[in-house]
Amino acid sequence: MRRVVVTGLGMVTPLGSGVDVTWRRLLAGESGASRVEAFEVSDLPCQIACSIPRGAGEGEFDADAWMEPKEQRKVDPFIVYAMAAAKQALDDADWHPSSYEDQIVSGVLIGSGIGGIGGIHDASLLLEERGPRRISPFFIPGRLINLASGYVSIEHGLKGPNHAVVTACSTGAHAIGDAARMIALGDADVMVAGGSESPINRLSLAGFAACRALCTAFNDDPTRGSRPYDRDRDGFVMGEGAGVVVLEEYDHARARGARIYAEVIGYGMSGDAYHITAPSEDGDGAFRCMQAALKRAGIVAADLDYVNAHGTSTMADEIELRAVERLVGNAAANISMSSTKSAIGHLLGAAGAVEAIFSILAIRDQVAPPTLNLDNPSVDTPIDLVPHKARQREINVVLSNSFGFGGTNASLAFRRVDA
Amino acid sequence: MSDIAERVKKIVVEHLGVDAEKVTDSANFIDDLGADSLDTVELVMAFEEEFSVEIPDDAAETIVTVGDAIKFLEKNVAA
Repeated sequence: MRRVVVTGLGMVTPLGSGVDVTWRRLLAGESGASRVEAFEVSDLPCQIACSIPRGAGEGEFDADAWMEPKEQRKVDPFIVYAMAAAKQALDDADWHPSSYEDQIVSGVLIGSGIGGIGGIHDASLLLEERGPRRISPFFIPGRLINLASGYVSIEHGLKGPNHAVVTACSTGAHAIGDAARMIALGDADVMVAGGSESPINRLSLAGFAACRALCTAFNDDPTRGSRPYDRDRDGFVMGEGAGVVVLEEYDHARARGARIYAEVIGYGMSGDAYHITAPSEDGDGAFRCMQAALKRAGIVAADLDYVNAHGTSTMADEIELRAVERLVGNAAANISMSSTKSAIGHLLGAAGAVEAIFSILAIRDQVAPPTLNLDNPSVDTPIDLVPHKARQREINVVLSNSFGFGGTNASLAFRRVDA
Repeated sequence: MSDIAERVKKIVVEHLGVDAEKVTDSANFIDDLGADSLDTVELVMAFEEEFSVEIPDDAAETIVTVGDAIKFLEKNVAA
């Protein structure tokens, strides 16, 4: 199979618009959480979220800069975030296919967990109050999950595979893994891949709260709400945003002198076959998923330097931790593993893509981002969970985990590429 | 310009994101103002909303220019 490397990065997160601002604030230990002000939350059990900072200032997200206002009006925000992250990634990779030959080997695979749920909510009310004649012709195309890929494809002339992934909180990781496979198998030479999510609305907060998945004990102290592995954690804090990478066949990247961030060396998938929202308690699904990624990569667990955990700040954190301990055995003491959801919250379908980018940046800068709010670990572990402060260390091989509702698991492995 | 014409042109400018001077009576929504078939459906909905009038599908199909819309609405909107 052909080798696949990462040549471009883009993201919009609760820490800002862009990779640089997000990474800088993440390493500084800043949190993107705050009380939700955009709509009424007084009757919701969870009243906090990690929202994208909006505005035209440095590092802030200005939607008009990425998509014309008249187009924004037609779509849910997850499509606007995807457009922003994709443009950033393509600019970063300096890949702007203009010839037909370049366009047909360039594809897009951006997923989302719950897509246009906010717009579906609004249109449902309109249908009930005003009748079917008031439903816009843009209602369906502006809510469909694969329209993130559709819009990006049209904007950048990407005429290769045009695909989307929907696997709840594993979406972003599956999108990058599947896209890498398309390149490896020769379906494309370049893929724009990732995930996007815009879930901060009353309906989503009510729904996830009903699943008993959300943090409810920190409504008055939002930045302390997301606290993976800490004994006082009580659910995840929802986040919004998008992460997109440009993946490229190795020789294609070398031939045009592209900067190579890392190589996608492994991709593992598994199913729990256990419960619709809870992970299997023995962590078997997570274990097999990571093991499959290592096998594909042709490496052993002792080769791992850093793991970006799924770590949602729920009871499932310990299940993943035990699965990682089982995977790495005696090498546990040499591994750092953190949950960046402690800073940006849980971006659902975008989480796996944003966290894959953090893992790649960990290789570039030889630093493990911190797990915030880890004051009192709920269990002992020989693994370094990088509490509170980023850790400078040697990082050559990383693993990024994502696990989703439906018992769907994905792990991505990346390795430094020597120039 | 009549009140109706003014309101029609304002809607067209907002929905299609085009310059006001391009929105002449003879301007064709698709050929001159860059609309696609979905945009024209939404434009008709916006006219219905603005003028509290129902525009049946067969009538909507005959509205292809700004002037067509103004003419239809001047005839069908109660003064």
